[in-house]
Amino acid sequence: MMFDRKKSPRSSRLASLVAVTAVVSMALTACGGSGTPASSGEAAGGDATITFIPKQLNNPYTDVVLAGGKKGAKEAGFSSSNVVGPLEASASSQVSFINAETQAGTNVIVIAANDPDAVCTALGEARSAGAKIVAFDSDTKPECRDVFISQVVAKDVALIQTKLISEQIGGSGEIAILSATANATNQNEWIKFMEEELKSNPAYKDIKLVAKVYGDDNDTKSFQEAQGLMQAHPNLKGIISPTTVGIAATARYLSTSAYKGKVALTGLGLPNEMRPFVKDGTVKEFALWDPAQLGYVASFAGKALKDGKITGKAGDTFTAGELGERKVQDGGLVIVGPPTVFNAANIDKYNF
Amino acid sequence: MSSALDSRKAPTRQPVSRGWAATASVLRLRELPVLIALSVLVIVTYLINPLFLSAQGVKDLLLNATIIMILAVGQTLLIVTRNIDLSVGSILGLVAFGTGSIFAAMPNIPIIAVFGIGMAFGVVLGAVNGILVTVAKVPALVITLGTLYVFRGLNNAWAGGKQYFAGDRPDAFGGLSVDTFLGFPIITLVAVVVVIAVALYMSGTRAGRDLYAIGSDPEAAKAFGIKVSKRVLLAFLANGALAGLAGVLYASRFNSVGATTGTGMELTVIAAAVVGGVAIFGGSGSVTGAALGALLLTTITSSLTAVRVDKFWQQAIVGILILAAIIIDRLASLRTAKKLRISEARNV
Repeated sequence: MMFDRKKSPRSSRLASLVAVTAVVSMALTACGGSGTPASSGEAAGGDATITFIPKQLNNPYTDVVLAGGKKGAKEAGFSSSNVVGPLEASASSQVSFINAETQAGTNVIVIAANDPDAVCTALGEARSAGAKIVAFDSDTKPECRDVFISQVVAKDVALIQTKLISEQIGGSGEIAILSATANATNQNEWIKFMEEELKSNPAYKDIKLVAKVYGDDNDTKSFQEAQGLMQAHPNLKGIISPTTVGIAATARYLSTSAYKGKVALTGLGLPNEMRPFVKDGTVKEFALWDPAQLGYVASFAGKALKDGKITGKAGDTFTAGELGERKVQDGGLVIVGPPTVFNAANIDKYNF
Repeated sequence: MSSALDSRKAPTRQPVSRGWAATASVLRLRELPVLIALSVLVIVTYLINPLFLSAQGVKDLLLNATIIMILAVGQTLLIVTRNIDLSVGSILGLVAFGTGSIFAAMPNIPIIAVFGIGMAFGVVLGAVNGILVTVAKVPALVITLGTLYVFRGLNNAWAGGKQYFAGDRPDAFGGLSVDTFLGFPIITLVAVVVVIAVALYMSGTRAGRDLYAIGSDPEAAKAFGIKVSKRVLLAFLANGALAGLAGVLYASRFNSVGATTGTGMELTVIAAAVVGGVAIFGGSGSVTGAALGALLLTTITSSLTAVRVDKFWQQAIVGILILAAIIIDRLASLRTAKKLRISEARNV
């Protein structure tokens, strides 16, 4: 340091170089343990930064969520909001992005976890460096984040899908589920509720769940899984696909095959993507929430955490802009709203 | 490496009849195992689950193989010359997204024009690979590994989160992968025409035989006066055109085209060629074999599903097939070498 001081008057360029090096090394040490240098530096500027890490970039559903998130970030008063993330939805792909955010000293990290465990260590480092963690869309393990913003009550999402499929197949017959990846947190939770409901609700006693397959949120793979289901289960009467990629790929297969109109399909889909299949009769009804609201609420939750207004414990409340007040429930859960059912009559009213 | 026979034959321009006979015997060796495996697979699956060969089942089998088949034909052109193209999945992705964009911008454009544009786009991307390989003299493995990421990066930058769906394209275009002619889906017929045309070119023309000569021994081919760079460049252009064709067909068959379309497809394509008896070090193999390899690989997926075998076994089975193909290739080459030694000994 003595050496630096002597040099600095002579060369401001050298000084700034040293400063940059110092900041970088501070940021690096911050990852290891006490995060005071990075966080105090941010606080002095009064600028709060937020970064969204979706499951996968360039996914149409994610884009709608993120557009809502950016809008929310602006309204909540973040000085900058960024989106970073992997191009492929795999378990470990998000870790390097979390590490980079930790090093950049980002105040709030909003993440949709591809795997509830894989991201935990990296998130722990981010938290000890002072970042607040908001999980949305797909949860991490509860101890790895401050709050989890859920589209809807997980059980409601599951129940609406079992209700729709039951109506469409007339209450009896074989059904199958075509999901995203085999370890996707949100899909697995819904599937668990669906299975419980099918077993426990007497109205569904004649419905038999014969298969669960995984299309990995890949159009081609989901398409072939749908095809495989039809061959492996000749008596199949309906498919539930609780993922937007899966339901669209399945709809495409059904609409171009002999099974069109004979096998029912429901699940969670984007109205823009599903419109042709609703109009040509392949799909009668499907459900979803407004994904933009999910990102929007996540931004406000992040700001409230950053400002210390909430800590993520049950009973905390915060205002989510134009959507009004939201309450933190047990386990740090925040619910956005009820799911919407789309059909030929209302689908043209939605544009996402 | 395994076809000293091929390399000897091409430059010496033997009478066509002898050339054909020799080629046919090698082909029999190389393609027969695939054909047998395919037949056994289909018959066994059918016995367990008769739905497998229902009209819809057969149509699905053919449709599943179509796109990989076309890509495997293009890949074979390169592999026999000791080259490879790892970027085909990315080329397919770019062309498929391009196809979606064209229809979105000009819904009334004639479908045939879209095929033309898609293939021309593929040729341009293939030319990037070909020029880098032939001019910079860097192995194709490295160049196309680079362009795999470059092309995918372009696709991500261009598409962003934008996707085009089947509903955005004319019904007649999507109909190509739904409608059938004599029981064959139209896009499958396109693939069959491609396979026949390229197979004739490779076995029956001077330029086609040159490709084998180059792959057997590039130095000898050069010494003999074959324009190695020109032939290899042409092979890259042809492969680009076929990947472009596959991209357009992808957009016809599947629902969405976007930034990640075609990711990872290159490995399936190379696996199809190797399983179909195309020697990975060049010099031998046929496009018919590669096309059968593609059909075998895609049929395995379908049949394992139809008999409800756990999906996770599928990859292991594909791996075993690749190893089997390599062993058969090795045995075939030993046999050829032995035959040659004997015939040469007699000549002395």
